[in-house]
Formats: sequence, C-alpha cells, structure tokens
Amino acid sequence: MAKAKPRVKVPKKASAGDIITIKTLISHKMESGQRKDKKTGELIPRKIINNFKAEFNGQTVFETAIQPAVSSNPYIQFKVKMMESGEFKFTWTDDDGSVYTTSKKIAVN
Amino acid sequence: MKLNRREVLGFGAAAVVVATLPASIGPAIAAGETADDAIKAFTGGAAMGEGAVKLTTPEIAENGNTVPVSVKVDSPMTADDHVQEVMIVASGNPNPGVATFKFSTMSGEASASTRIRLAKTQDIVAVAKMSDGSFQMAKNTVKVTIGGCGG
Repeated sequence: MAKAKPRVKVPKKASAGDIITIKTLISHKMESGQRKDKKTGELIPRKIINNFKAEFNGQTVFETAIQPAVSSNPYIQFKVKMMESGEFKFTWTDDDGSVYTTSKKIAVN
Repeated sequence: MKLNRREVLGFGAAAVVVATLPASIGPAIAAGETADDAIKAFTGGAAMGEGAVKLTTPEIAENGNTVPVSVKVDSPMTADDHVQEVMIVASGNPNPGVATFKFSTMSGEASASTRIRLAKTQDIVAVAKMSDGSFQMAKNTVKVTIGGCGG
C-alpha cells in the first residue's frame, strides 16, 4: 500500500496577533468499512486516519476526531492566532496504529 | 459450498486483518446509532441555541464522495469565552458521525473546513460546545446526486 504522505501549508512568517490559516492534507484511502469486495462479497475492513492533531511549541492548538465519513485524502483547514515564533507539529493517527508526522516552522515578528 | 484454494486463502487473510484491528477506535458513535442519538451523546440532552454557528455546505453536491464543509462559530476565543468543540453529523449516512473539531484558546477563530462523504441527500448538523457549557447548532440540507458510500 502506498505510504500516507502528509502535505501542510503554513505561512513562513506572520505578525504577532495575526490569525493564520493552516491547510493540511494527507494521502490516505480512508477505507470506510462500508464497501464490499467485489470478488468475495466480504466487507472490506475499516482503515482510516482517526485523529489529527496540531501542536505549536508542544501545546495542542487544534485536534480533530475523524470518522469514516471524512473523504479519502482527508483535508483539514483551521486557524491559529500567532503570538510567537516556533514550530508546528502535525500528527495523523491511523487505525492500524501508524503515526504520520510533519513539522513546519513559522517566524513571528 | 465449494471452496477452492484461492478463496480459502482470501478468507484467511481477511480474518487476520479483522482480528488485529483495535477493538474500539476514536469517539464511540456505534453503527446504527441515529444522528439524534449522536447529538444527544455530545450535548447530554441540553438545549441548543441557534445563530452563532455558521455552517457552509454546497446546496447540491454532484459527487457525494467529497463534499466541502466549513463551519465557523462566532466567539471571541478568549480563556473565559471560547468554543471547545464542534461536532459535525450527517443524518442520512449509515454512520452519522463525521468529525469533531477541538479548538483551543490559541485558535483565534473557531473555524475549520474539511471534505466529507455523503450517502444521499440529507441534513448536515454542526453542534458547537462553548466553554460556559452551552450549545449552539446549525443545520443545512445538501442534495446529493451520486452517493459516496461505495454503493
């Protein structure tokens, strides 16, 4: 299976007090557990990204609990108010226990 | 029932996958639960106000596989007064839970977007939980031309 590949868009810099928009996407099939295998007629087991978390300098700023109704290649957009420079860490958790992470730095002045 | 070698192997592999899945994952919205049950579990049956939540959905979704959904809640997002969580529920899906966004005081603005699957034409409900324990909701109807649940 293709490896889940996270993609994140964070502005490189911002002014203190700015509310920035962060866009995230991870390539993942998001098997809902509702589909049937055409050959065997068996339900294909569920395998989705079930949680997404964004941390800034170690503090959780945004989190999403995800259910099978979220589309494949789950896209999540949210906002953060910037007060200081630092690093965002994004974490996606898979049903099978795999964890995908990526980080982005932002300079605030 | 006659089984050939290929089928036997296939069943075996499927069984192993099922057995290794964790028993319970994420917030427990059980299959077969209705949207009302899901909302009640979230609010504890509390009364919900309207007006603060703005839910943006297309009026008609040609493809139920990816329907853009945005939610925004009017709130100053300060330590005393902020939005804690927003739950999105799709009333006509086999499993009504969609996603729950958890905000923090660092969010600045309680808004988030994602793309969801819709099985058929239905109501989408967003319920916001405020820091003072009150709830706000908004409801939109989306017409779906082609459903997005593999059927």
